[in-house]
Amino acid sequence: MDSSGPYDPTLDYPEGPAIAEIAGGGDIKPWRPLHVSRRNFLRGVVCSGIVVGGASYLFSTATPARADARGVERMMSLMVNGKTHHVDVAPNETLGYTVRYRLGLTGTKIGCNQAECGACTVMADGRTIYSCSTLTHRMRGKDIVTVEGIASADGTLHPVQQAFIDELAPQCGFCTPGQVVAGVALLNANPNPTEEEARVAMSGNLCRCGAYEHYLRGVMKAAREV
Amino acid sequence: MSDVMHNFELYQPDSVQGAADLLDEFEDAWVIAGAKDSLGWFKDRVIQPSVVVDIGGIAELSGIEETDDGGLYIGATTTLTDVVESPLVKERYPILSLAASKVASPQIRNAGTIGGNISQDTRCVYYRSGFPCYRAGGNTCYANTPTAMNRDHALFEVSRCVAVTPSDTAPAMVALDATMVIRSKGEDIEVPASEYFIGPEIDITRMTALEHGDILLGIRLPGAWANARHYFEKAADRNTWDFALVSITMVAKMAGGAIEDVSMVCGGVQCTPRKLTEVEDVIRGEVPNSDVETLVRRVASRGAQPLNFNHFKIPLMESLAARAVRSLA
Repeated sequence: MDSSGPYDPTLDYPEGPAIAEIAGGGDIKPWRPLHVSRRNFLRGVVCSGIVVGGASYLFSTATPARADARGVERMMSLMVNGKTHHVDVAPNETLGYTVRYRLGLTGTKIGCNQAECGACTVMADGRTIYSCSTLTHRMRGKDIVTVEGIASADGTLHPVQQAFIDELAPQCGFCTPGQVVAGVALLNANPNPTEEEARVAMSGNLCRCGAYEHYLRGVMKAAREV
Repeated sequence: MSDVMHNFELYQPDSVQGAADLLDEFEDAWVIAGAKDSLGWFKDRVIQPSVVVDIGGIAELSGIEETDDGGLYIGATTTLTDVVESPLVKERYPILSLAASKVASPQIRNAGTIGGNISQDTRCVYYRSGFPCYRAGGNTCYANTPTAMNRDHALFEVSRCVAVTPSDTAPAMVALDATMVIRSKGEDIEVPASEYFIGPEIDITRMTALEHGDILLGIRLPGAWANARHYFEKAADRNTWDFALVSITMVAKMAGGAIEDVSMVCGGVQCTPRKLTEVEDVIRGEVPNSDVETLVRRVASRGAQPLNFNHFKIPLMESLAARAVRSLA
């Protein structure tokens, strides 16, 4: 890793012999496996804890055994970011909960949780929806893309993501995952939007920092590059 | 504040008959399709049905077809985006495409259905918050008091309840003389839009003619108003997500510069879409000009009885009606 330049929290920490060497004799054990980045380690701890503890508290224990065989089957296949996941989904569970707390895809944020703010925006069959206000069971057979599925597999950012960085679009960044998904969905459907079309397409996403013009410039910049 | 939803049994029947059987069987079954209206109720824990029937996956309820009389049949669970983008709707009923494009936000239009949009419950903030008002089965109205926040509420035909229709597409249905096709007690019945939307004097606890167990199958748009001149305008506090303060929907046929026939409906001022029959009578046969506009302003809001905070809707309504007429000139 290049040590010069500004601190970039998105870069994983390099594998290093550092801790053992610094300790000088191997008495100090590293507190986490060295090949796991801090971010992924924390994500793993948080997600497994929530899935094991939280989900069973919220859904399983409170839900009586399925009384009627005609009701929905809890076990379902969910196609997210090109992968099929087999998950146990409660009848009253929203897609936002499922992707965050069962699949660990915490890029999708739940903001207002009432279909107003757009932080939870994901794509289903190419169209944007509010995942906080969609029952997961309605998504059977749909191709869902969350913000984690936007960048290419080798980590190259999507032009919309890169343009948002270039245009300094995120401030606090909480709405950014939803903005990215809305912008990408627009460009997938309409690679050359007018500014007005982009404005309408992004209108379902609130930004409390008020960086709307930045996001709009980002989408228009990405449209020129796609 | 919203919450995790209560536990319910979810059914996803794959046929209308299957859904109707479930509704017969369970007394408190609740129907969802796009669920944009219902999940809000559930999360607020105001309505907690033990059985939810999701009809969004029933293939026969979705889609847009041409009918023999030159009109269209729109399945009830067709999404608003599909209505907006449909070439058939754009060609024959651009007014409906326009009205649907102004509903809420893109994400809601992608999931919300046309049947759900016209059948949605009112957005009266007191009713939505779980106050035990007339509409919720209680014996008072919290919106019609001297200090209540009632700038969103009704001007006309108030009967205890002062809530208004929030739908942007419902006025278009009335203006286009649409017919609702409903599966009711085992048979398919057709109800004209003017009777589908009901006010508090008929039943204060619901907004539509749908009774428990009924399923809206689709909407039949007659060919009579296809390709007519049209005008739609929605006045709201915000361009996105917000519900109309007042909206105007007009279709008209012109003959030699004069208005041959016209249908004008106003949303957001009454519990049902309000057909402006007095305006229609005034302008039918006239050539639109500033004198006609003045007349329209005089009659558009006749009979309005404003509450404490919604006087502004009267000039708003008059202006929108006048602008609709001006668009024909």
